[in-house]
Amino acid sequence: MRFAFYPGCVSRGACPELYAATVEVCARLGIELDYKPLEGASCTGSGVLQEKNQRLGDTLNARTFAMAERSGFPLLTICSTCQGVMAQANARLKADPEYLDAINEDLAEEGLRYTGRADPKHLLWVLVEDYGLGRLKSMVKRPLTGFRVAPFYGCYIVRPSAALGFDDSPGRKDSLERVIETVGAEVVDFPGKTLCCGFPILTINQTNSVKMVANHTGDAKDLGAAAMVTPCPLCHLNLDGYQPQAAAAARKPIDLPILHLPQMLGLALGIEPEAMRLNRHIVSTKTMLSELALTP
Amino acid sequence: MEVTLNVRRFDPDSETPAPYTQEYQIELGDSATVLDGLIKVREEVDGTLALRCSCRSAICGSCAMRINGRAGLACNTMVSDVADADGNVAVEPAGNMSVVKDLVVDLDTFWDKVRDVKPWLQPQGPDPEPDKEYIASNESMLEIADVMACIMCGACVSDCTVLEVDSNFLGPAALAKAYRFVADPRDEVDAARLGELNEYGGIWDCTRCMQCVEVCPKDVDPMGRIMALRDRAMEAGYTGTYGARHATVFAESIRHSGRLDELRLPLKTFGLFNIKEMLKLLPVGVRAQLRGKRPPIFHRSIPGVQNVRRIFDRVGDKR
Repeated sequence: MRFAFYPGCVSRGACPELYAATVEVCARLGIELDYKPLEGASCTGSGVLQEKNQRLGDTLNARTFAMAERSGFPLLTICSTCQGVMAQANARLKADPEYLDAINEDLAEEGLRYTGRADPKHLLWVLVEDYGLGRLKSMVKRPLTGFRVAPFYGCYIVRPSAALGFDDSPGRKDSLERVIETVGAEVVDFPGKTLCCGFPILTINQTNSVKMVANHTGDAKDLGAAAMVTPCPLCHLNLDGYQPQAAAAARKPIDLPILHLPQMLGLALGIEPEAMRLNRHIVSTKTMLSELALTP
Repeated sequence: MEVTLNVRRFDPDSETPAPYTQEYQIELGDSATVLDGLIKVREEVDGTLALRCSCRSAICGSCAMRINGRAGLACNTMVSDVADADGNVAVEPAGNMSVVKDLVVDLDTFWDKVRDVKPWLQPQGPDPEPDKEYIASNESMLEIADVMACIMCGACVSDCTVLEVDSNFLGPAALAKAYRFVADPRDEVDAARLGELNEYGGIWDCTRCMQCVEVCPKDVDPMGRIMALRDRAMEAGYTGTYGARHATVFAESIRHSGRLDELRLPLKTFGLFNIKEMLKLLPVGVRAQLRGKRPPIFHRSIPGVQNVRRIFDRVGDKR
């Protein structure tokens, strides 16, 4: 099982622990990540570039898809936001052949051409749809029994559901809960799991952004979660990085560790917490790890 | 089919007003809508159940409510699509508005915000000659036909994640309505409109979560309209807000290196000499530094970044 790997900006920037955990976990699972095909791929635009110019964003994403097509391997991402932005761009490119032709004209000089066959997939979906939860379960060395985990998807991997292929692949809707259960942990269901973490407005309206962090982490904690797990590094940055401010604003301690999806998988696969940089979070994972009888 | 409607109820006139859930078990035909079920409850089981409805055809926008936690019109939601294996459907009043009684919410704040964007045409210059009209091309009206399909049901407002934390936000319905007039060629006060929408509580406060896109029963795409307003505001010269600066710095970062420079994005958005914002960033920066969780100081470009720059140059002005 081999993929053209699209790590995204954040796993190589502010969330090096996501990159480290992904590499470790995929090696254990036998998921081969090929870095070469997409090493020259750009940022997806993250929805921000699209505020200025959607066509520019679509062209950059078509360029990435063309590179993946050229490699012959499916594209794998580890970021909900990358997943969503790419899926939306792909839906527009596939829906309108004239538009795709026009975009390809702007790629021609580089010798690239996108034919519309790429199907970018988040690691979460790959596990559920391609790798298989049965196979994942068979790889678990340390079932996370008794570990109460709240799922947090990130907007872009759940909406708009049409562009994300939810009609053809309804299993995507509760994929995170099923992965949590597969590694032996217990799902703490809460209404905020598909809502916004507040990250996109962090530099615009920090008060609102931090309130969102307080609501989601506070609700999950109140329901007895020992940790929250997310397939989105941007959600991680806000829910982890701004949790101290959120706790101060909410006038109550929260202390809810925010795990990247591969970090939770890694714990179940028997990977050392330090190898996944679990000691490098803003909200300490110490108590959580000692409850799991692991040392950070 | 045997259905259980779990209806969130609230009676302000009760001795101890507090919301509670009431179960109604009813028998419905296979093609019944949630509204059919609620009307049957009101007419045959419990006449005290309050709800708003009128056309039953997804035109009037009266019956927006939350069904299984998601806003939509009760009249175009099939029970068979939303009932679980045991026939349960959860029905609650729309969110982000105060409840008058049971499923009836107070729409005053909704309409106040729609009025705030001055939802009427403001042509300038002399009036057209008697018996003549303000003419708009078919193409220009097609551009706004989708947003004109809004039936003002409030589903988008119900599930807006920003309104949940900040009632000052204009919200998706009012902003989509604002777009409808900004994009109308007969309206000639775009600059003034965009200036007002650029203020606190306007276009830049949307968090792009797409809840409004997902729940809108008429495919109005309110968030897409808000993004189009952001583009128009920046094009019209409103480039000073943190939102506009963020978008500009973000685009520059991709153009320069092919990817996001997370370290410089907030610094450039706020401006290095913006003491107030720099002080706000300080504790986060210090914590991240201590934990080794900051982006690399030396930001590297992707290989072949000149190709990305060329695309920026070629596509920059196309839309």
